[in-house]
Amino acid sequence: MLGLLARRLAFTVPMLVVVSFCVFSLIVLVPGDPAVALAGENPDPEQIAAVRERLGLDDPFLVQFWHWFSGVLQGDLGQSLFSSQSVAAAVFSRLPATLSLALLSLAVALVLGVAVGVLAAMRPGTWIDRVATFAASLGVAVPYFWVGMILVLLFAINLTIFPAVGYVPLTENPLQWFLHLFLPATALGLAPAAVIARQTRAGMTGVLREDYVRTATAKGLPPARVVGQHALKNAAVPVVTAFGLEASRLIGGTVVIEQLFALPGLGNLAYTSVFARDFPMVQGVLLVVAALVLLINLLVDLSYGYFNPRIRQS
Amino acid sequence: MTTTAPAATPPPAAPPSSAPAPGPDRPGFWRRFRDNRPAFVALVVLAVLVLASLAAPLIAPYAPEAIDVPRRLSLSTPDHWLGTDSLGRDTFTRLLYAGRVSLMAAALAVAIATAVGVPLGLLAGYVGGKVDWLLGRAGDVLMTFPAIILAIAIIAATGPGLQNAMVALGIVYAPRLFRVTRAATLQVRAETYVEASISIGTPAWKIIARRVLPNVASPVLVQVSVMLAAALLAEAALSLLGLGVVPPTASWGVMLGSGFKEIRSTPLLVFWPGVAIAVATLSFNLIGDGLRDALGRRIRKAAP
Repeated sequence: MLGLLARRLAFTVPMLVVVSFCVFSLIVLVPGDPAVALAGENPDPEQIAAVRERLGLDDPFLVQFWHWFSGVLQGDLGQSLFSSQSVAAAVFSRLPATLSLALLSLAVALVLGVAVGVLAAMRPGTWIDRVATFAASLGVAVPYFWVGMILVLLFAINLTIFPAVGYVPLTENPLQWFLHLFLPATALGLAPAAVIARQTRAGMTGVLREDYVRTATAKGLPPARVVGQHALKNAAVPVVTAFGLEASRLIGGTVVIEQLFALPGLGNLAYTSVFARDFPMVQGVLLVVAALVLLINLLVDLSYGYFNPRIRQS
Repeated sequence: MTTTAPAATPPPAAPPSSAPAPGPDRPGFWRRFRDNRPAFVALVVLAVLVLASLAAPLIAPYAPEAIDVPRRLSLSTPDHWLGTDSLGRDTFTRLLYAGRVSLMAAALAVAIATAVGVPLGLLAGYVGGKVDWLLGRAGDVLMTFPAIILAIAIIAATGPGLQNAMVALGIVYAPRLFRVTRAATLQVRAETYVEASISIGTPAWKIIARRVLPNVASPVLVQVSVMLAAALLAEAALSLLGLGVVPPTASWGVMLGSGFKEIRSTPLLVFWPGVAIAVATLSFNLIGDGLRDALGRRIRKAAP
């Protein structure tokens, strides 16, 4: 397992460096003189000079990158162009809301997806299977932000069970934290749940036909244990792969959902920074998000080693 | 074929004159696609959507920007079948016009992704070596960013607008098509008939055009269909945030965004564009599934 970890890290660390370079290089795409474009509406020469100075735009490109990157290595993501806030502090203060939303959505996706997939696989061809398959097709196609709007309409406006907007930190009030995140997490989790349900069903129908499953059933093991202890672990690899891909997409979705539900997360920070053209802030968010995705991929790869011991050696 | 005693002779090396034309022993591609009912229905639905959008100026009862303030936020009425928005603009009319924008935008993004991803995939798969390694790693890096967030970052640099948004999406999706094309190319590259072509000195571009491209087309087509669904959703999300299509031009995403502001008084305003997006996305996905099934079984039954 340690060997696997070392191999994966040997891939992830250089990736992080290249990803940082790409994030930094985005400034090349700014049309015209970045200092003029980024200095705000009708900038005067002093503002332009200040931006130029702040971003070090007079240095050669690689020197600029090195200035920025050596800061990143020490946890310094630079300064906001328009406020006195440091990018790292802003990003860090927004992280809890986004992580809460993402983790809760992934929990919804995993629990719902695996449950529906297993249920369908245990009764293939029955109405349960057909309803599950249809629901999964629908779940993949229906836009998550639309689901969010409909959920707000049903459960926040008509029934007033859940709050429509806002965020309460977990440390402040766990119940309110959960209530505020329930609708956004459900909206964001349904589509990945559908994908995971498909993968689980496909994997499980194969595994449930294996001899060792029949043996386990024949020796009198209750179905729950046959599925839970024997079948699920062997059907897990494609499910985990889907989970990793969906996790990346889900993190992208937080941007829109945070906007709809007024959650003070990273996506919201990216959104406001884009409109303010606060470029260092956008770069900071992008870098942190990419690092998050790389971390998820690393965990997914490592989990293969747990689910399928043969991978540990190869 | 007139051979009656095949047992004694080894199977002939398929002289071109007597080889059966490919296909007759299996139902044609179109038959197989048509027999897949969900996919066929999806194709019909999508065709209706596209035609209705294209014919918007002919079908639509109003002009898309026509304002009817006295009847703003109305529900379904004989005058306004699907109601009106906060400025009294006809929802049905705007849905049709928005369809043009949304579908075109998705097509544009996928076209860009195809134009970038497929040639590079062919190159990487055919040439291999360092080129393959380098392009592959570049794709890995791009795939590290969630599509929407990378698109937003690109828009942060270039400024909002439909074209910028779609170019951004095209770049984000290109690695997916690159991977599919590269994998299919590698497979064809290993075939004996390609080896043979190389050894008799056929130029590479000819081999790629005549031998590789036809084999790569199927998986690419499937991927394109699924990607259109994803691009449609992404365009809607970006426009909803105000980073894609800029009002007063309507896209389904713009309509969702402005409708959400009125959700307490007129929930129908978010209902219809959502349905339109969902129907179009579902259709693209089902067509993709149908294409996969119809194109997938390439090996004919006669083959060992």
